[in-house]
Amino acid sequence: MWGFLPIGKQAISSAAGTSGVSSSKSKEAEIKRINKELANIRSKFKGDKALDGYSKKKYVCKLLFIFLLGHDIDFGHMEAVNLLSSNRYTEKQIGYLFISVLVNSNSELIRLINNAIKNDLASRNPTFMGLALHCIASVGSREMAEAFAGEIPKVLVAGYVDTMDSVKQSAALCLLRLYRTSPDLVPMGDWTSRVVHLLNDQHLGVVTAATSLITTLAQKNPEEFKTSVSLAVSRLSRIVTSASTDLQDYTYYFVPAPWLSVKLLRLLQCYPPPDPAVRGRLTECLETILNKAQEPPKSKKVQHSNAKNAVLFEAISLIIHHDSEPNLLVRACNQLGQFLQHRETNLRYLALESMCTLASSEFSHEAVKTHIETVINALKTERDVSVRQRAVDLLYAMCDRSNAPQIVAEMLSYLETADYSIREEIVLKVAILAEKYAVDYTWYVDTILNLIRIAGDYVSEEVWYRVIQIVINRDDVQGYAAKTVFEALQAPACHENLVKVGGYILGEFGNLIAGDPRSSPLIQFHLLHSKFHLCSVPTRALLLSTYIKFVNLFPEVKPTIQDVLRSDSQLRNADVELQQRAVEYLRLSTVASTDILATVLEEMPPFPERESSILAKLKKKKGPSTVTDLEDTKRDRSVDVNGGPEPAPASTSAVSTPSPSADLLGLGAAPPAPTGPPPSSSGSGLLVDVFSDSASVVAPLAPGSEDNFARFVCKNNGVLFENQLLQIGLKSEFRQNLGRMFIFYGNKTSTQFLNFTPTLICSDDLQPNILGFITKPVDPTVEGGAQVQQVVNIECVSDFTEAPVLNIQFRYGGTFQNVSVQLPITLNKFFQPTEMASQDFFQRWKQLSNPQQEVQNIFKAKHPMDTEVTKAKIIGFGSALLEEVDPNPANFVGAGIIHTKTTQIGCLLRLEPNLQAQMYRLTLRTSKEAVSQRLCELLSAQF
Amino acid sequence: TPCNCPPRAATTASLPQHGDRGFPFAAAAAAGQAPPRPRPAAAMQFMLLFSRQGKLRLQKWYVPLSDKEKKKITRELVQTVLARKPKMCSFLEWRDLKIVYKRYASLYFCCAIEDQDNELITLEIIHRYVELLDKYFGSVCELDIIFNFEKAYFILDEFLLGGEVQETSKKNVLKAIEQADLLSVLSNIKS
Repeated sequence: MWGFLPIGKQAISSAAGTSGVSSSKSKEAEIKRINKELANIRSKFKGDKALDGYSKKKYVCKLLFIFLLGHDIDFGHMEAVNLLSSNRYTEKQIGYLFISVLVNSNSELIRLINNAIKNDLASRNPTFMGLALHCIASVGSREMAEAFAGEIPKVLVAGYVDTMDSVKQSAALCLLRLYRTSPDLVPMGDWTSRVVHLLNDQHLGVVTAATSLITTLAQKNPEEFKTSVSLAVSRLSRIVTSASTDLQDYTYYFVPAPWLSVKLLRLLQCYPPPDPAVRGRLTECLETILNKAQEPPKSKKVQHSNAKNAVLFEAISLIIHHDSEPNLLVRACNQLGQFLQHRETNLRYLALESMCTLASSEFSHEAVKTHIETVINALKTERDVSVRQRAVDLLYAMCDRSNAPQIVAEMLSYLETADYSIREEIVLKVAILAEKYAVDYTWYVDTILNLIRIAGDYVSEEVWYRVIQIVINRDDVQGYAAKTVFEALQAPACHENLVKVGGYILGEFGNLIAGDPRSSPLIQFHLLHSKFHLCSVPTRALLLSTYIKFVNLFPEVKPTIQDVLRSDSQLRNADVELQQRAVEYLRLSTVASTDILATVLEEMPPFPERESSILAKLKKKKGPSTVTDLEDTKRDRSVDVNGGPEPAPASTSAVSTPSPSADLLGLGAAPPAPTGPPPSSSGSGLLVDVFSDSASVVAPLAPGSEDNFARFVCKNNGVLFENQLLQIGLKSEFRQNLGRMFIFYGNKTSTQFLNFTPTLICSDDLQPNILGFITKPVDPTVEGGAQVQQVVNIECVSDFTEAPVLNIQFRYGGTFQNVSVQLPITLNKFFQPTEMASQDFFQRWKQLSNPQQEVQNIFKAKHPMDTEVTKAKIIGFGSALLEEVDPNPANFVGAGIIHTKTTQIGCLLRLEPNLQAQMYRLTLRTSKEAVSQRLCELLSAQF
Repeated sequence: TPCNCPPRAATTASLPQHGDRGFPFAAAAAAGQAPPRPRPAAAMQFMLLFSRQGKLRLQKWYVPLSDKEKKKITRELVQTVLARKPKMCSFLEWRDLKIVYKRYASLYFCCAIEDQDNELITLEIIHRYVELLDKYFGSVCELDIIFNFEKAYFILDEFLLGGEVQETSKKNVLKAIEQADLLSVLSNIKS
C-alpha cells in the first residue's frame, strides 16, 4: 500500500544535496487507496472473529501510518487500549505509541489507559515502566496528573530502581511534564531534597533529566530548591574543567556535556548571584567558558563550534542575568563583538540578539556602543531578513542621547529598502527614539516628516497623533513645524498622512508663517485644498476643520472658504460626516461673531502627558520585555485636561489656556486676540484645573494642620480638619502608584454654604511628580448639616516631598471663608510591602551601601515606646514588617517597594529602639537618595 | 553616638562592602525597570520532520493542542521554512516562539522552542537525533523514517521526553532501543 509516496532515498546524514525522488500520483488516487484500507481495517475490527494480538497490532500500526500521512483517524482507539494490557512487548509498545500520538481526552478511554499505565508502573519491569512513563510524558493530561502525580515522585527516588537509571530519567521528565500542566497536583514533599541530590548522581543522563525538573520547580519554589545552586556550580565546574575524553559518551564533538552545561547554567538563572564562596567558583567557571571561546577549535565540524557556543551563549545569559560582574559583562560583550563578523550567519544572528540584552546593563552599555558601525553595516549587508531584524533591535537597544542622530538616520535610510514585514516596527522605533532623544525638537519634526515621506503607509495613527501632540505641547517648535509641513506639502505627490499632519498643524499654527508672502493664508489654503480630492473621508473631515480654523485665523480668506463649503460637493456630500461638517462650519462662519468664533476655535490646549501611545503599540507588537528600557516618557505637563490622546477634530473646548504664541520665524501676523472666559468663571470646566495660578487667593495653611497631616502618614482614614463651621473627613486607598481619596465636607452649621469650591493645589516642585485631580466638582451649595463627598484621583509619577494643598472657599452667612489644608498624600502611600528572608534582606541591604543611599536619623521618642504600636505603625507606613530578620529581636526591620509611574524603588528600613535612653535610631536604605531622605523624615515623626 | 544602639558591625553578619555594585533587582529598580523575571525553563514545544515537497513525515507535540491547531501550525510553518534560502540562518521568530530548523538531504527537521531557549543547543539536538537515526538504520534516508516511523518515535522518546533532553549519550539511547528490539523478537518467538 505504500507505493505512491514521494520520498527521498538519499541518506539524510550525507551532506545536504539533491531533492527526494518524487513519484507522486494524483491526490485522489491516494485518498481512494487510503479509504479502501480504512474500510478494510474497520471491518476487521468489527468482524465476528476476535482478532489475535498480532493482527490487532498490525492494523493499529497501519492506522497510525495513515494518520501520519495526514488523514484523520476516528477509530481504533479501543483496540490500541487493548494492546496496552498485552504481555507481548511489541503489542504493548505499538499500543502506547498510538495513544501517545493520537490521544484525545476521551474520558471513557482515559480511565482504561490509566489503568494499564498503573499496572505497568507497578510491574517493576523497567522496560514496561519506561513505556508507561513515556506515555504519561507524551500525553501529560490533567487526568493523568490526577492519577500519577503522587506516584511518580516515589518512582523517582525509590530505592528499588537505584540500578535503573533510565527509569529515573523518565520519571524526572514525566513529573516535569505533569508539573507544567497541573502544578497544583504535584505535591511537594520529602522527595524534593532527594531530587536536588540527583545533581550529584554518577550517571550524567540522570543529572541531565533531573536538572530540567529542578529548574522548573525552582522557579516556583526558589526557597525549597536553594541548595541546588551550590550543587549545580560544583557540577558545572567539574564539567568545564574536564578533559574532552573524561566524560566519554557525554562528550559531544570534543565539548564535554554541552546539554547538561546549558541546563545547569539555566538553573542558575533562577537565582541571584550566590554567596561569595560559591560565587567565586562560578566566576571561575564562567571565565573558563569565555577562555575556551578564544582557544583554537578542536574540530572543524560545525557541531563542535555549535555545542561550544551554545554553552558560551548560555553563560553570557547568566552573566547578564546576574548583571553584577562588570569584568565578565565586558568580556562577554567583546566576545559577542567578535561574533558580529563571524562567517556563520547563525552566530551573527545570536550575537546581535544577545547584545541587545547587554545593552541594557549599565556596565556594558558603553562596550556595546563601540560596535555601532558593525551593526549598521549588518543592517546594510545582511542577506537574511531575520538577521537584519536583529540588527534593528540592537540599534534600538544601544541608542542613547550620544548616538541617537546617527542611529535614527541609519534606520531612516534602511527604511527605504527594508522588507515590508518589518517596516511598521522600524517606523515605531524611529518615532520613539526621535521623541525620546530629541534635544532639538526641529530635529524631531524633521524625522517624523521623513518617516511619513519614506514609509507613509506604515506610519500608524499613533505616530502622527504623537507628532501633533508634541507640537501642540511645545510652543518652541510650532513655527518650525508649520513651515516644514508647508514645504513638505509642496511635493506633487505626498502621503495622505502628511496631509493629515499638515492640515492639523496649519490649522493650529498656520498664522505663524502667514506673514511670509510665499505662505500667505490664501496660498496655505489652496495648497491644502489641492490635496482634498485625493484624500479619504477622515482626512477630508480633518481638512474641513482646518478650513474653519482658517476662517478664524485669517478673516481675509473667509469668503474663499465659505465658497468652498457652500459648493455642492461639500454641502450635498454623500458622506454624512462631511456633509454635516460643511453645513455646520458654513453656518458657524456666517452667524458667529469674531469673538465667539475665536473662543470656539481657540488654539488646542496642551495634551495631557501619558505613556507614549507609540510605545504602547510597540510593546503590543513585541511584548513588553523588549521595550521596557525606554519607558520613561517625558512629561512636562501634568494636568489631565482632556480625554483621549488623539487630537480632537476642532477645538471646541471651553477651557482656555492662552499661551504666548511664539513667533519663531518673525513672520508676524498676530493671531486674533483670544478672549476666552476667565479661568474660574463657573463650574463648567468639569475637571478642575488643579495647577491654575489661583495660588494668590489661597489661604495659608490652617493652624494645626501639620499635626493632623502627620497622623495620616500611617493611616488612611480619619478627620483631617475641623473648625466651628466645617469638618473635612478622609478615606483613601492606594494601590501601586495610584490612589483614590474620598473627601467628605460636613457643614456643621444650620446655614447653607454658598459658592462652595474646593481646589487642589500642587506647588511647582510637586507638579511634575504627583498628579491629583478632582473627578467631579461638588455642588456649590452645601445645605446646613449636610455632608458632601468628592473624589480625588492621585497618580504618583515619581518621588516627591511636598504634599498637595486642598483649598476650600465658600460663603457662609455673607462672610467669605477660605481654608487650606495639606492633603496627606505622602510618598509612603505608594509602598508595596515585600516579604523576604533574613539572608535576602541583608544581601540587599549590603547592596545599597553607597553613602547617598542611606539616611539615618537618631531621635528622642515622642510617644511611649510600645513594641506592638511600633509594629502597627511600620505596617501602617506601608512596608512589610520582617520578623526574625534582625539578629537583635528588639529591632524592627521592614522592606517594600515604592511604586511610581516611572520607577520602582526598593526600600529597606531598620528601626533600633533604645529603651533606656528613650531614643530611636532609624536607618533607611533605598536606591534613591531623595527617597531615603523623605521616608526617613516621614517615619521619624511617627515615634 | 548619643544612642546606645549596638554598632552595626555587631548586628549583621554581612556588612556592606565597598565596590559591591548590587545585584540586578536593585540596579534595575534604580534604572526604572521592572525587576527581571526568572526565565521559565526550556521546553521544546514540538518537533516536525517534513520533506522538501512539504509532506509531513514525523510530528511530536510536547504541548497540548487541538488537531485543528496542529494542522494550522504545520501548514504555516512548512510554508515558511520551505520559502527560506539555503544560506539563511537556522533560526527565525515565529508567533511568540523561536523556530530552529535544519535540512538534511530531502528532510527538514524543525523544532519550536520558547523565546529564552538556547538556539544552538537545539540545533545540536536535531543533529544528535539524526545521528541516532543514522546509527540505528545505517545511513538513514527519508524512506526509513516513513516505513519505520515507530522506530523513529521510539528513538526520539528515548532521547527527548516531554520536550526535554533525557539522555544525550548515543550509546545509552541505542542500547535501550536494541534491548526493546530484542524483547520484541523474544516475545514474538514465544508466541
